[in-house]
Amino acid sequence: MGTFIPNTKEEQLKMLNEIGYKDFDDLFKVIPDAAKVKGELNLPDGMSEIEVARKVEGLAAKNTIFRSIFRGAGSYNHYVPSAVDAIANKEEFVTAYTPYQAEISQGILQSIFEYQTMIAEITGMDIANASMYDGASAAAEACWMCKDRRHSTFYVSGALDERILTVINTYSFGRGSKVVVIPTKDGETDKEALAKALADDKEAACFLMQYPNFYGIVEDAEELCKITHDGGAKFIMYCQPLALGALKSPGEVGADIAVGEGQPLGLGLEFGGPYLGFLSTKQENMRAIPGRLIGETVDTRGDRGFVLTIQAREQHIRREKASSNICSNEAWCALRAGIYLSTIGPKGFEDVAALCSSKAHYMADELEKIGMKKCFKGEFWNEFATTCPDADKLLAALEEKGILGGLKLCCGCCDAGCDTDCILWCCTELNSKEDIDEVIAIAKEVF
Amino acid sequence: MIDPKELKYTKDDEWVRFEGDEAYVGITDYAQSELGDLVFVNLPEVDDEVVAGEPFGDVESVKAVADVFSPVSGVVLEINEDLLDDAALINNDPYGSWFIKVGSISACEDFMTAEEYDEYRG
Amino acid sequence: MKLIFEKSIPGRGQDIFPACDVPVKLPAAPLREKKAHLPEISENEMGRHYTALAKRAHGVNDGFYPLGSCTMKHNPRINEKMAALPGFAKLHPLQPAHTVQGAHELIAELEKFLCEITGMAGVTFQPAAGAHGEFTGLLLIKAYHTDRGDTERNEIIVPDAAHGTNPASATMAGYKTIVIKSNENGTVDIDDLKAHLGPKTAGLMLTNPNTVGLFDPNIMEITKLVHEAGGLCYYDGANLNAVIGIVRPADIGFDVIHMNLHKTFSTPHGGGGPGSGPCAYKDFLAPFAPGLVCKDGENYERAEKSIGNLTGFYGNFLVMVKAYTYLLTIGKEVYTLAQNAVLNANYMQEKLKDIYPIAFDTTCMHEFVIGLDPIYRKTHVSALDVAKALLDYGIHPPTIYFPLIVHEALMIEPTETETKETLDEAITAFREIYDRIFNAPESVQMAPQTTPVLRLDDTKAAREPHLRFDFE
Repeated sequence: MGTFIPNTKEEQLKMLNEIGYKDFDDLFKVIPDAAKVKGELNLPDGMSEIEVARKVEGLAAKNTIFRSIFRGAGSYNHYVPSAVDAIANKEEFVTAYTPYQAEISQGILQSIFEYQTMIAEITGMDIANASMYDGASAAAEACWMCKDRRHSTFYVSGALDERILTVINTYSFGRGSKVVVIPTKDGETDKEALAKALADDKEAACFLMQYPNFYGIVEDAEELCKITHDGGAKFIMYCQPLALGALKSPGEVGADIAVGEGQPLGLGLEFGGPYLGFLSTKQENMRAIPGRLIGETVDTRGDRGFVLTIQAREQHIRREKASSNICSNEAWCALRAGIYLSTIGPKGFEDVAALCSSKAHYMADELEKIGMKKCFKGEFWNEFATTCPDADKLLAALEEKGILGGLKLCCGCCDAGCDTDCILWCCTELNSKEDIDEVIAIAKEVF
Repeated sequence: MIDPKELKYTKDDEWVRFEGDEAYVGITDYAQSELGDLVFVNLPEVDDEVVAGEPFGDVESVKAVADVFSPVSGVVLEINEDLLDDAALINNDPYGSWFIKVGSISACEDFMTAEEYDEYRG
Repeated sequence: MKLIFEKSIPGRGQDIFPACDVPVKLPAAPLREKKAHLPEISENEMGRHYTALAKRAHGVNDGFYPLGSCTMKHNPRINEKMAALPGFAKLHPLQPAHTVQGAHELIAELEKFLCEITGMAGVTFQPAAGAHGEFTGLLLIKAYHTDRGDTERNEIIVPDAAHGTNPASATMAGYKTIVIKSNENGTVDIDDLKAHLGPKTAGLMLTNPNTVGLFDPNIMEITKLVHEAGGLCYYDGANLNAVIGIVRPADIGFDVIHMNLHKTFSTPHGGGGPGSGPCAYKDFLAPFAPGLVCKDGENYERAEKSIGNLTGFYGNFLVMVKAYTYLLTIGKEVYTLAQNAVLNANYMQEKLKDIYPIAFDTTCMHEFVIGLDPIYRKTHVSALDVAKALLDYGIHPPTIYFPLIVHEALMIEPTETETKETLDEAITAFREIYDRIFNAPESVQMAPQTTPVLRLDDTKAAREPHLRFDFE
């Protein structure tokens, strides 16, 4: 077997004897016999590092790595600059924990302070927290931030990714809060329905929209924000962070809270995790923020330093009265996001947003030429839905060439009323014109 | 420790000062010194009901939070907004830093006099 | 040291993105007007910035890290290497099932291992951290009672020594927290438990060994009492490292448990995360499981009365790869982890207890708690001061001021991957600090002196919150 225990059996026995125990049985006699496992657990024999690597590499080899990816829907194939891995994998970052002891943790604390600043900057908000588990759980926590004694209904757009909605529903199940989905019209939030719902409900806490929405459409955020505020609720924007290199920021829109999935910021696809939930808001909501916050202060010499702060909001102090139970977060993923944004800089932030948009628009035009029409007329950034005569057939043909096509949308999941299959396509800066043309060529062959 | 004589005290270390039908409520010098440097205070809203012996808000230090109990039952007429901006006022002047002003008082806790409270926390 | 923004010079930067090979087109939607301030910095300067930050951090690889309840054990390199394999790291979570069979097999195998270790019937990997796992487990309990029409049960019993996440999770699950006392031995006060059990009891949350490092000798009776009252038993697996392979939570009456893969199963803590908090449950809770459940080893579907989702996809998959790699390495001898963890803790306790007051002086499990209060009352040297003094010895301090039932607590968890020499060095440091407390108390109160910054003003940070760099 492999082991990471340094002490030899002889050393262990000597230590046991030195502190007055005969052997391990003697040490463990504080546990009642009835509570102990009889015999051995049914686990395999341990293995050497070489054997372990062989076994795990074997499992990895059973998975297909696509050389060209046109699927998004919540997980995006953006480029991860070399510096991100090289820097984030420094073992001081990897093997530390929550920076409880500030004097020995300035590196972690400062990196998160910088991350908080960058998230506040890209979302155009005042302040951001130190990270959440993922976009979906951040969205659920954002809704709960808006709840008070008089406002308890959460409104969400019907054009929100169903996975995120499910998490919001699960978070609401325990405390019995009401989640209401506003229907869509042409793939976008039905504004009249939203206005009416809010007008009829004095208990509306918030309205959450996705930006761009699940179908890739850039909805009229300013109008939705106005309707929401007129209805006495708070406005939450769930954002693709790289889209904010082009689109009006939540801060410019007037949102109360911005959240989203930070995976595009230097994290890979990773079969869905670990990802990075980000959350930013206006200064006035500071005390309602869940999770860790890093703040600036000074040491006894007056030198600048950073600490975990406003901790009395949190579970380890406020216990059952805490607004959230979050303890461990995704600090290392936040570190990656900070390195990523430092690498690309303000120019790269705009460039990557333009590249994604341009590729997607080129692809949409090319698909249209071969009869795969856009399902919705709304403006889009890097994702868009099209009709497709036979999605399974096309996706299988693409897969054969090592291409992961768009996501087949299940029938009736949108309001487009298409009489054929539909596919949600996604382009990023990693899809070259050549790659896109290849998809078009294969589609032409198939149909 | 000398506490202002005109105030009444509770075993939870709040003080109360009656002015006609209304009462001002704060925490004692002993309470603030036990809690240490206060960084924030959570107060109820005007028109909220408070109940004698039940928490109406809390005070936060860096590493702890403590409930503040109402010595009287009634309705909040006013809150001390200055404390929301600067909780250090409570440390600096506990008897000048009232938290809430309560009216329509319907019940009271058992109070101690200043001498009794001194004895209790002495 | 400077912030990265203070090193930024307009016009500098790094070339990552190619020129656009298709016509440039932005959405015909309202576009951003105010630019985001992001650093403009060369790769070399950026690399040095982060290297300087790394030097100002302390990980397990830098030195002893006996942070109680956090199980800061060694993080094997092979785990990292396996998680970085493109066959895992480059998988899209919405790839067709037949293209991710290796990933599904890994999840299924890991589930099997964790079921065997806990005695449970199923595991959901959706929770991203321990607290998230607690929340999940409580929702399972809630779904179970609700499904039976047993809707009056709205109380979760939590001992006063519990992690703060327990009551916070109970609130998020819509429960009222009922706190019960610890007895003079530091374990559950059975009479107080009995007094609070009843038709409103939805369940009990318990850490065992508990947060003072003691295995509750009455555990079988405790879980039996809760069941008799109609409640379920939740095991907070934060301290599983103490009993892994020796006690199975299901065998001692627990119905649902979360584990911290970043504690017991050696995946790194990453400066605060990502962790992974899989939640294991008995058979009768399976219909409520969140996420997609694999029944036939190939296809995933939603459980019949599922509580929904806790995260967007499968949970923190790459963390699961690391834990799986670890379990393959250790295999059936997982009990050796508990053995050495408990030995190391008792060794340190024994070597310190003649001078430092031990909160509950008996055989501990994987951690023990010093209650510095008597010394503090005499000398005004606090647990915080001792913690800060340890920094000058290159040792990460223990958890302090927790559990709340011990005044001036220092909670020490050495873990099994530390050598006797490391423990001896730490013991020497603790003993030296003890001498300083009495001979030169101000030297302890002024510590640390060798760190990049000296003691920081927490009060100022909280009174005048400054949570970001101001560009203007």
